[in-house]
Amino acid sequence: MFESKSGVFFIGGLAFFFLAFASNALVPIYMYRDLPEQPVRKLVNENLLYQFEDLHKRYQEPFEAAYGTPPEDETEAEAWYADRCAEALLRGRTIYTGEGCWHCHSQFVRPVSREEDRWGPVAEVYEYQNELQRPVLFGTRRVGPDLSREGGRRSNDWHAVHFFRPKMLIPTSPMPEYTWLYDGSPDQPNADGLALITYVQWMGSWLHSYPYYERFEPISGTDSGME
Amino acid sequence: MSDAVLDRETIDPDQLVNRRLVALFFLMALVFLSVAILGGLLMALQLVHWNPLRGIELLSPGRWRMIHTNAVAYGFLANAFLGALEWSVPRMTLRPVASRALSWFIFVAWQVIVLSTAVGIMFGQAQGVEWGETPVWIDPVAMLGLILVMINFMVPIAQAKRPPYVALWYFIAPFIWPPLTYAMGNFMPQYWVSGTGGGALTGLFIHDLVGLFVTPLGWGLMYYFVPILLKKPIWSHGLSLVGFWGLAFFYPLSGIHHFLYTPIPMFLQYGAVVATIAIEFVVTTVVINFFGTIWGSGRMIVTSIPVRWFYTGMVFYFITCLQCALQVTLTFQKLIHFTDWVVGHAHLVMFGVFSFWLMGIMVYLFPRLIGREWYSRKLLEYHFWLSAVGLFVMFVDLGLAGVFQGFYWASLLPWDVSVEGSQPFWITRVFAGLSIVGGLLCFLYNLYRTYMGGYETSSESATGRIMPEPA
Repeated sequence: MFESKSGVFFIGGLAFFFLAFASNALVPIYMYRDLPEQPVRKLVNENLLYQFEDLHKRYQEPFEAAYGTPPEDETEAEAWYADRCAEALLRGRTIYTGEGCWHCHSQFVRPVSREEDRWGPVAEVYEYQNELQRPVLFGTRRVGPDLSREGGRRSNDWHAVHFFRPKMLIPTSPMPEYTWLYDGSPDQPNADGLALITYVQWMGSWLHSYPYYERFEPISGTDSGME
Repeated sequence: MSDAVLDRETIDPDQLVNRRLVALFFLMALVFLSVAILGGLLMALQLVHWNPLRGIELLSPGRWRMIHTNAVAYGFLANAFLGALEWSVPRMTLRPVASRALSWFIFVAWQVIVLSTAVGIMFGQAQGVEWGETPVWIDPVAMLGLILVMINFMVPIAQAKRPPYVALWYFIAPFIWPPLTYAMGNFMPQYWVSGTGGGALTGLFIHDLVGLFVTPLGWGLMYYFVPILLKKPIWSHGLSLVGFWGLAFFYPLSGIHHFLYTPIPMFLQYGAVVATIAIEFVVTTVVINFFGTIWGSGRMIVTSIPVRWFYTGMVFYFITCLQCALQVTLTFQKLIHFTDWVVGHAHLVMFGVFSFWLMGIMVYLFPRLIGREWYSRKLLEYHFWLSAVGLFVMFVDLGLAGVFQGFYWASLLPWDVSVEGSQPFWITRVFAGLSIVGGLLCFLYNLYRTYMGGYETSSESATGRIMPEPA
């Protein structure tokens, strides 16, 4: 059986594969069956809308070129901003994956290595059950910091300058420049640039602790912080 | 056994193997390896602030980082494996592939798939699955390609009358595993499963791509080529059974270990950790088996360059797996997860092991494919030593960088401190990478000169031998 072609094919090839698939993939999927996937429109919250409207105020021309002008009526305008914001989130995510941002910035805070102090609350399952996490962007490497608690920590204009030329704000930063998200200068983000800023401002905007600022107490001496 | 002997006498190896196609697969593998290495170099230069091509959209290091990993997996490894399979499967089964036309079609289709993946990523269409960044519109085509590969090689294996040799176990299973893995990793998290469950899926995908595609094909080729080069049978058939079945059972069970400390349930994380440690024991049996095989012919490591590539790769494989068993524990993970330690580990296994084996196979086969001896043995030596030293320096350097980064982060010093502290390691890595580039250039130049000039060898050594008699 263990040396025959059919044994190798059916036991090794199929049975063992599906055993692993069931235990490593189907079990978590089944466990979260009661947490339905949130559509992107439901992810637009007040914190994020504040940032999105702020983008409009700061970058009026580029913003209106990308999204048009909001209706006069206040309640209509509210719905209009929310709809445009959802569009921007989807587009922002596409850019975030297309540029490979997620290969240098993770999106989960671990319960170890003092990450709660640096970034805020530890990642929970419900935060990932939404359309913008399909496929999920946990990430596997941090050259730059984790971004899952980034929303609201820095202003829109900070991000606009930073994406254009990171070294203008952080001279030691090895992050690449993303000048094609702009029409020539940092105060002219194009539709892609605005979308990416919206996406980054979204991360963590659903938390009570928003915006989270690090408890910055570097430790010295022998305590490595690994406990 | 009698019919096999008869086959051996009547079958002309050239009817079995399409040597031109094997050579072309290897050539395309080297083309994509060059592309991949340039992508890696670009990212390395970016990190040390030396990138001369800043602000160019199509050359963005973030995009080329993905081309780097994808070109290695689908351009270099897959092409080289296909070439080596086109050579070894017909020789082991004494039957040609299902269809030569299909082989040619697969060759062309695969290059189109890999090229469009690279172009798609260059234009910012990457999919958010690590090592599966292939743009979503290419996924179904790639899937079809994998199924055709399976059919093409399974037919001769199914027709062969004798019970299959060890290498064929390692090939039979990986013809069904890659299509399943590919479908699981590229379609499920994209269309059906979001969030944490999807994370478990993508973890399993990254893992199965290494464990159920690259690893079994690599070991299968070692089980085929090592006995041929050493001119003696594998040391223990029993141990090879343990190795194969241990790998098939434990390897896929450890997918979640790529996402430890995520919201994925802890009991699943513990399960993955235990399975990973179990693999280390399985790997030890395989490595013992191969060192048992070379026992008594140790000088071959000095005299035969292919054997040296193979056994260096095996030593690195043992180191990689030992590292796996340690770094997978939650204690280690606290420190090294997200750091360059993991990058070093990935380079050791993908370059130091599987690429080394494929280089050895290419060094052995190219003279038999184009009918000429190597132009220069010295350049082959340079290729080996520049690659081996470059890779080893890179591995140690990135491992150390990872430990430093882990402690910087945990100490809550500002983030830039960890970036600045990494610079010496990143600069060392650039030079280690350049050493690998140098090795590759030696090999490419040697190949070019061999193809252009050199001298004809006798037909016996040009066609090589069919499988040795099983012991």
